[in-house]
Amino acid sequence: MSLYARRLWLNRFNLFVSLLATAFGLFWLAWILWTLFDAGLAALTPAVVTQMTPPPGSAGGLLNAIVGSLIMAGGATLLGTPIGILAGVYLAEFGREGWLAPTTRFVNDVLLSAPSIIIGLFVYEAYVFHAKHFSALAGIFALALIVIPVVIRTTENMLRLVPDSLREASAALGAPQWKVITLVTLRAARAGVVTGVLLAIARISGETAPLLFTALNNQFWSLDLGAPMANLPVVIFQFAMSPYDDWQKLAWAGALLITFSVLALNIVARVLFRSKTSAY
Amino acid sequence: MPAPATANPAPAAAPALSREKVKIEVRNLNFFYGKFHALKGINLVVPERKVTAFIGPSGCGKSTLLRTFNRMYALYPNQEARGEILVDAQNILSPKQDLNQLRAKVGMVFQKPTPFPMSIYDNIAFGVRLYERLPSRVMQERVEWALRKAALWDEVKDKLQQSGMSLSGGQQQRLCIARGIAVKPEVLLLDEPCSALDPISTARIEELISELKADYTIVIVTHNMQQAARVSDYTAYMYLGELVEFDVTDTIFIKPKKKETEDYITGRFG
Repeated sequence: MSLYARRLWLNRFNLFVSLLATAFGLFWLAWILWTLFDAGLAALTPAVVTQMTPPPGSAGGLLNAIVGSLIMAGGATLLGTPIGILAGVYLAEFGREGWLAPTTRFVNDVLLSAPSIIIGLFVYEAYVFHAKHFSALAGIFALALIVIPVVIRTTENMLRLVPDSLREASAALGAPQWKVITLVTLRAARAGVVTGVLLAIARISGETAPLLFTALNNQFWSLDLGAPMANLPVVIFQFAMSPYDDWQKLAWAGALLITFSVLALNIVARVLFRSKTSAY
Repeated sequence: MPAPATANPAPAAAPALSREKVKIEVRNLNFFYGKFHALKGINLVVPERKVTAFIGPSGCGKSTLLRTFNRMYALYPNQEARGEILVDAQNILSPKQDLNQLRAKVGMVFQKPTPFPMSIYDNIAFGVRLYERLPSRVMQERVEWALRKAALWDEVKDKLQQSGMSLSGGQQQRLCIARGIAVKPEVLLLDEPCSALDPISTARIEELISELKADYTIVIVTHNMQQAARVSDYTAYMYLGELVEFDVTDTIFIKPKKKETEDYITGRFG
């Protein structure tokens, strides 16, 4: 076999193997999604979004859990985003010398990859244990601790993509550094930063472990941040493990809802990122 | 080519130069990138309301020298200038110098166009708003004035609210020049402003430079010797971090005093 023919053959072989690997991965993903749609769509009735979580054996929905999830994810985002963006700005714009920035970056990377159950345990130890009861506020703290490292990471990365020439150009006009950052570099990196926040929301909307230790669950309608609050992941966990048929159906519906919203957030993030970052 | 010994003596002031009003005076300037000694004992005067060009091969330190005039290098750690640079007889290398005030007075245009991610109008107004509070009508006049000066007004007057990044490369560079003059600096530093542009845009910008020198002191770094010959009144030839020769542009190009300068000008360099 000539060298050229051998290379052609090798090329085809490798292409085939990588396609096979892709198909293998996609197969399981498609199966998961198919099962989810199959079971979830059947359970998705208007009652799911209009009624409270029921006791076993009676009809009901997921309204309190949906609202609870929205409140806690929203609260965590409101709390975590400013902290994350400010820290990301520090790392990208001020952290060029000294030891503080590299240390912060390292700790942040550890936090970024920490199992979420550890974060739940931490908030339990640090807050719930002392307050002596589970609460939505504790859930918000735990979720915010997951949001912060994601936002820090993406903000720093996106700001670093902004060329130094842009910083020089604005400094050359006599702009003080805080104006350079707020009016020019953050603006140039805006789409990327927003994308990071959206991905962080997507990340926390399915988190169960941190909420088990903090917000726990609530079978009734409650908007009290100081009391336990219902939320989709824990309800799914509880209902799916139960022997009751209606509860299991509701768990499927909830799983489908979370998957849809995460999918929607991801699509929005991608569209935003694609349309706005082409300039820089 | 033998490099001149360190601690360059001040270049013999040409008679024409001694009659000019001095805007910037550089005294025994040394510059370091970390440990690398990039500028060695530079002495130079930049006359007011004239165009001064820095020429020399890549890496000779001409951009580095230009970037000391507005202390652009101060954005980066490990870059250090020693010596004196007097702008209007005030040493700007002094630690007491307010950098933002200095940069409002000594503007700069870069090699690559750098429009801000905002509208054409805001690109110009951004710098003005930093130091002046103008009623919106006056601001509009200022924006128009700057764009007209930069020969860009006719091309953008109907799309001032469009993004500055939607313009072509040559238009973006003229936008950056307009932005630079809108804040009414006294000195304008141009760091190879035409190297990314086509010949027509280049010609426009060269015309603009000739017009601007009525009001501004201009220092231009260029790789293009013809450009230096066309636009500048004075030319400095630099090599390996030293100022080899500084004189009236015609003298440099027609009858340089040093052989190194002549070799570079005539292309026999190296």
